[in-house]
Amino acid sequence: MSVYDLFQIYEHDVLVIGAGGAGLRAAIEASNRGARVGVVCKSLLGKAHTVMAEGGMAAAMGTVDDRDNWEVHFADTMRGGQYVNNPVMAELHAKESPERVRELEAWGAVFDRTRDGRILQRNFGGHRYPRLAHVGDRTGLELIRTLQDHGVHCGMQVYMEMTVVSLLKSGERVVGAVGYDRERGRFHLWKAGAVVLATGGVGKSYRITSNSWEGTGDGHSLAYHAGAELRDMEFVQFHPTGMVWPPSVRGILVTEGVRGEGGILLNSEGRRFMFDDIPENYRQQVAATPEEGWRYVCGDRDALRPPELLTRDHVARCINREIKAGRGSPHGGVYLDIAWIRENMANAPGHIRKKLPSMYHQFKELAGVDITAERMEVGPTTHYMMGGVAVDGETQSSTVPGLYAAGEVAAGLHGANRLGGNSLSDLLVFGKRAGEYAAAFATEHGHKEPDAAQLEDIVRDIERPFARASGENAFSLHHELQDVMQDRVGIVRTQGEMEEAVAKIAELKQRYADVAVAGHREFNSGWHTALDLHCMLTVSEAIALSALARQESRGAHFREDCPEKTAEGATYNLVVRKGDDGAMQIRREPVLEMREALREIIERNR
Amino acid sequence: MSETNQSQPKRRFDIWRTKGDASSGGEGAFERYETEVGEGMVVLDCVHRIQAEQANDLAVRWNCKAGKCGSCSAEINGMPRLLCMTRMDSFSPDEIISIEPMRTFPTVRDLVADVRWNYQVKEKIRPFEPIAPQAADGTHRMMHEDVERIQEFRKCIECFLCQDVCHVLRDHQKFDEFDGPRFFQFTAGLEMHPLDAADRIPDLKHRAGIGYCNITKCCTNVCPENIRITDNAIIPMKERVADRFYDPLMRLLRFVFQRPSANR
Ligand SMILES: Cc1cc2nc3c(=O)[nH]c(=O)nc-3n(C[C@H](O)[C@H](O)[C@H](O)COP(=O)(O)OP(=O)(O)OC[C@H]3O[C@@H](n4cnc5c(N)ncnc54)[C@H](O)[C@@H]3O)c2cc1C
Ligand code: SF4
Ligand code: SF4
Ligand code: FES
Repeated sequence: MSVYDLFQIYEHDVLVIGAGGAGLRAAIEASNRGARVGVVCKSLLGKAHTVMAEGGMAAAMGTVDDRDNWEVHFADTMRGGQYVNNPVMAELHAKESPERVRELEAWGAVFDRTRDGRILQRNFGGHRYPRLAHVGDRTGLELIRTLQDHGVHCGMQVYMEMTVVSLLKSGERVVGAVGYDRERGRFHLWKAGAVVLATGGVGKSYRITSNSWEGTGDGHSLAYHAGAELRDMEFVQFHPTGMVWPPSVRGILVTEGVRGEGGILLNSEGRRFMFDDIPENYRQQVAATPEEGWRYVCGDRDALRPPELLTRDHVARCINREIKAGRGSPHGGVYLDIAWIRENMANAPGHIRKKLPSMYHQFKELAGVDITAERMEVGPTTHYMMGGVAVDGETQSSTVPGLYAAGEVAAGLHGANRLGGNSLSDLLVFGKRAGEYAAAFATEHGHKEPDAAQLEDIVRDIERPFARASGENAFSLHHELQDVMQDRVGIVRTQGEMEEAVAKIAELKQRYADVAVAGHREFNSGWHTALDLHCMLTVSEAIALSALARQESRGAHFREDCPEKTAEGATYNLVVRKGDDGAMQIRREPVLEMREALREIIERNR
Repeated sequence: MSETNQSQPKRRFDIWRTKGDASSGGEGAFERYETEVGEGMVVLDCVHRIQAEQANDLAVRWNCKAGKCGSCSAEINGMPRLLCMTRMDSFSPDEIISIEPMRTFPTVRDLVADVRWNYQVKEKIRPFEPIAPQAADGTHRMMHEDVERIQEFRKCIECFLCQDVCHVLRDHQKFDEFDGPRFFQFTAGLEMHPLDAADRIPDLKHRAGIGYCNITKCCTNVCPENIRITDNAIIPMKERVADRFYDPLMRLLRFVFQRPSANR
């Protein structure tokens, strides 16, 4: 019997792994260019993480404030990312997102409207002008449903509830992937001219996260083990506002849109603490008084934003500080108050329900809190991965031929900190580009048979947990990993703690080799966790090593032992790859040179 | 697990477990489990606890845990509901909680239903077809008043609970002739879309079988997004079907004015 007999085999020109916004947009583009496209996803179609996105997607369309344009958006993105972004990506993103949003409208999306019937845009942290196209607070649903409904008529083949566990290579090139289905645990093999990774984030490596079970960093790990480079892995975004109570919903996101609509943060003493600490590089952009902040929320073009709308890294750290200083709420958060706007607004409860319907619903149903009348309790939650597969800014190709990456799994656009709303537009802009260039690559290079030897190794690896009668428990290892990442490589970091984390991860990797799973391959969550854990260990190691190596504070990466930004820190990105000996290697790479014209744009928008 | 670790009360659950492997067609029986329930827990939390502590191979679908993705649909005490949005404190303290998969669809395993039929139905519905951009800058315009009513339909999280409860599917098995409430409101969303140029009214009558619906409103009652499926989508669509096929005067007017609503 040949090893191929173990697999159900399919053939595509372009295989897209992931059916979130990035994957679907890539699949649509590749299909439209004539490629035969397959899409694999772990959940049902339309359920990917993207469906949970709330606040909106950033695109400088200038429908609300006509001073907005791509240059300001570019400058905001670079400032937010603390200048270690890939400037090519930041430029393309700022220029192309308006077109991508309008295209979505032409595919049936229905955004909230301005009075003259154009797409309405809302304020968000770090964006100078109202820039987020949105649908109440369920923008991600609108995006994914529109792509899904459009996509299924473009001819793509969708493989639902299947998990890819390894990429296949022929020599240096990626030529396919293998995976299993959840239902039966059967093995599947996709041959492909080119592969696009669109697997989303890594939040499940942390204890408190807004991510669903899917966010286990699979794409990061698949790429790494296939020889691709990862970069910026030290930059993990902690969203300032996740739910903290009741325990079972801890980490679930409370959209920044609450603050965009006027929500304020208070400590247990009732103090609006965000006014106490405004970073230097944003001083000229922040309201002097609460009254000015409110005018900004109401659309006064001369007013500056309230400090609650500073970048996420900063707001998260301020909240963390209040909690640590003993000024937190009963369940270890701080207060987020939107109900207060009734002081300024006649129909505040109705307005809140209309602007933030799913937040209203979420708190009412899950916490028994009426946000139109009561304060919410919130605290930081692990939310988004800035780091990921290193890609070429224009084509989204990784450092391995035939392998592309787009969306959260790719790195570069957001640098050290992502601005809210820049992810959804990222998915569209770079999903499209990845699909386009992957299709072109597949056309040019055709198919190639995967090297057969690797298949046997892969099968052995994924069946290994069953080979043992007893051993380590995958669930416990996962919890230990989450604890060490949360407590040692979290919002505030120090050398000593991160060294402990690196040692602990090494220990966990060793114990992982002894994982045992009982039962069979059908819907076995123990087995699934064991396989996911492999990815999370890889990603966690990369995060911890990179965080140790960056001896300064920048964006989402904050070190108590070196709290300042250094001039040198702005000159490099950290890159990890798998060495020939199988050990993780890390090195510095100079930040990509910026064109003079872009430099000037940044200066003009300081 | 939580900060409130004072001994939590145990609660009883009857959970549907399929027997044998996935080829056995979903046959099975309820099995009794007991687990501790803490403050604020929802039914999905309990299922997860049971899965982690007592039944590693218990199959359940979920993603967001916040009522946003529509993955965790099931029948709780016989009612179609989302596992993640059903709080334990909504039941009386000694009630035994039964959990089974959506029954209108085949069972894949334990609590997981095979909902592929729904995806196939959707593919049959004529997709959105945009009119030419109306504004001089080549973009579209839509007024807020005109989008509000279809935004209601677009809140749908595709949990398929409405499909599960509808007797035309559940009891009469009209899977080949009847699209079901989810897709009537989906079609209504397209038909009422200010920028859409396609016509789906004949399809609603012939292929989608909207006539089978006798307006029981069961679908509206189970929708976790509170979409008023019957009143706001199905009844207006039935009216359009009736206008088109039974009212010759309307037909004539339509011939003269060519779908006057399309370009609002
Ligand atoms: C609660 C929440 C709210 C947010 N709000 C906003 C917002 O308002 N604005 C904004 O810009 N951003 C927001 N974000 C961030 C944004 O939603 C995500 O970054 C983005 O949706 C990621 O999209 P993606 O296409 O890269 O991946 P995802 O949508 O995460 O999809 C990943 C896909 O890959 C599949 N996959 C993963 N691993 C495998 C594997 N091994 N095999 C097969 N398939 C696999 C998954 O099944 C899934 O289909 C929010 C995030 C969260 C969690
Ligand atoms: S109102 Fe119509 S569609 Fe809805 S459940 Fe009743 S019969 Fe089915
Ligand atoms: S209409 Fe309501 S019940 Fe039906 S699938 Fe959509 S959200 Fe679920
Ligand atoms: S898990 Fe998403 S709706 Fe319940």
